[in-house]
Amino acid sequence: MTSKISAYKRFSSTCFVIFALFLSLSLRSTASEPVEHSAEEMNATVGEHTEAVKEHDPNAPVDIAAVAFEHILDSHSWHLWGEDHEAVAIPLPVIIYSSTKGIQCFSSAKFEHGHAIHNGYRLVDEEIVSDDTTEAIYDFSITKNVAQLMLTAGILFLLFTSIAKAYKNTGVTSAPKGKQSFFEPLITFVRDDIAKSNIGAKSDKYVPYLLTVFFLILLNNVLGLIPIGANLTGNIAFTLVLSVVTLIVTNVNANKHYWHHIFAPPAPKALYPILVPLEIVGIFTKPFALMIRLFANITAGHIIVISLVGLIFVFKTLWISPVAVGFALFIDVLECLVALLQAYIFTLLTALFIGSATADHNEDGVHNDEDEKVGAHH
Amino acid sequence: MNSLFILGSLITPGIGLIFWTTVVFLLLLALLGKYAWKPILNAIKTREDGITKALASAESALNDMRELKSNNEKILADARNERDTLIKEAREAKDAIINEAKSKAQKDADRILASAREQIINEKNAAVTELKNQVATLSIEIAEKILRSELSSDEKQKALVSNLMKDVNLN
Repeated sequence: MTSKISAYKRFSSTCFVIFALFLSLSLRSTASEPVEHSAEEMNATVGEHTEAVKEHDPNAPVDIAAVAFEHILDSHSWHLWGEDHEAVAIPLPVIIYSSTKGIQCFSSAKFEHGHAIHNGYRLVDEEIVSDDTTEAIYDFSITKNVAQLMLTAGILFLLFTSIAKAYKNTGVTSAPKGKQSFFEPLITFVRDDIAKSNIGAKSDKYVPYLLTVFFLILLNNVLGLIPIGANLTGNIAFTLVLSVVTLIVTNVNANKHYWHHIFAPPAPKALYPILVPLEIVGIFTKPFALMIRLFANITAGHIIVISLVGLIFVFKTLWISPVAVGFALFIDVLECLVALLQAYIFTLLTALFIGSATADHNEDGVHNDEDEKVGAHH
Repeated sequence: MNSLFILGSLITPGIGLIFWTTVVFLLLLALLGKYAWKPILNAIKTREDGITKALASAESALNDMRELKSNNEKILADARNERDTLIKEAREAKDAIINEAKSKAQKDADRILASAREQIINEKNAAVTELKNQVATLSIEIAEKILRSELSSDEKQKALVSNLMKDVNLN
C-alpha cells in the first residue's frame, strides 16, 4: 500500500514538473500574443486567410497539427461537416463580459467562421479578441464543449430520473428491466467496488458524487469518440473543475488523522521543514494528477486518431489509407476501452483520496507514532 | 498557427468552460442526487435487504426443516427402541408368568400328589384296620360256630378235653 502511494506520489510529482514546463511555455506564448495579434496584423491575417480560401489549392500541404488541434480545442460553433464557406455548423451563443461594455450576447454566426468583425470583436483561432486593446474580455460563451456538457447533463438527468421512476413503478420486488438492468450493475459497481471498498463504512455519503462523476465522464468520453462530438473530457478546464471538486470534497471531509499526518508526519522533528511543505504540496498534487490524467489520455487518443487519418493527406496517396484506417480503427477500439477505463480511474482515485482522508487511524500510523515516542525518549 | 500558442490554449483552462462546468456539474450533482441517485440507491438497497432477508429466512426454514426431520428421526428411533423394550419386557413377563405358572402347577401337583398319597395311606390303614376287625369278628364267629359244633355232644366235649389234655404236659 505504502509503496503504491509513494510510486503514485512520484508519478504525480513528475506530472507536476512536466505540467509546470508546459505552463511556462504557454505563458511565454500568451505573453508574446498581444504582439502577434495586434489589430493591423490581425486584419492582414484575416484578409490573407480569405484570399487563401478563394484560391484553394488542392495540392497545398495540409497542416495536420492545425486540423488535429481544431478537433481537440473548443469552438464557438458546432461544426458538423464541410470546409470553410461550405461548412455546415450550428452557431452557438456568444456571451462575453467586457470591462468596458459589460455583458454582451450574440450568435457566433455573426463572426462568419472568423471572417467577419462583429461589434468590434473578431474571432481569431477560436479566441474572441477586441479591436480595443484596452478592453479586457472574459469569454463565457456557450461553446461546443459547454453545449455538449449541458446536453449530456440533460441526458443523464432524464435517463436516471426515468430509471428512478422505473424503480418506483415496478417496485423493488420485481427484477430490473431494460435501462434499469443495464445501469443497475454499473451503479452497484460504483457503490460497492469503487466507493465501499475504498472509503469503507462512511461511503454512502459520497456515492452520489462518485456516480455523477463516473457517468458524466463516461458519457462525454464516448461522445468525444464520435467525429462530431466535442472533446469535453479532453479539455483541461473540465477536468480542472472536477479535480477541484474532488479536492474540496476530500479536504472538507478529512479527519484529524489526515491533518495530523500532514502537519505532524511520523518522522523526526528535524525533517519537518522539508516534510510538511511536501505534504502540503501533496494535497494538491493528487487532484492535479487526476486532472492531467483524464485530460491527457483523452486528448492523446484523439490526436493519435486524427494523425493516423491525416497520414492520407500527408502522403497524398490513397494507398496509405488501408494502413491509416486500420490503425485508426484499432486506436478507436482502444479508445472505447480508454473511455470506460478513464471514467473508472477518475472515480476510483477520487474514492481512494476520500477514503485515505476519512480513514480511521490505521495500524501503520499507530505503529509509527509509537516509534516516534520511543525515538523521542532516546 | 503558432504551435506553442496552440499548446498553450490546450493546457490553459478557459474561464468560460470553468464557469459553465462548475455551474452545470453542481446543478447536475444536486438534481441527480435528489431525483435519481437517492431513489435508485434506496430501491437497490431495499431490494438487496429483501433478498438477504429472504435468503436468511429460507436458510432458517431449511434449518428448521432439518431440525424437524432429525427430531422426527429421533422420535421414530425412540419409538422403535420403546417398542423393542416393550416387546422384550412382554417376552420376559410372558416367560416369567409361564415359569411361575409352571412352578405353581408343579407345586400344586406335588401337593395334590402328596395329599393323595397320604389319603391313600390313610384309606389303606383304615381298610387294613377294618379288615383286621372284620377278620377278628369273622374269627370269633367261626370260633363260636366251631365251638358250638364241638360242644354239641358230650362225647365230643370229652374228646375235646382229652385232646386238649393230651397236649398239656403235666410237668
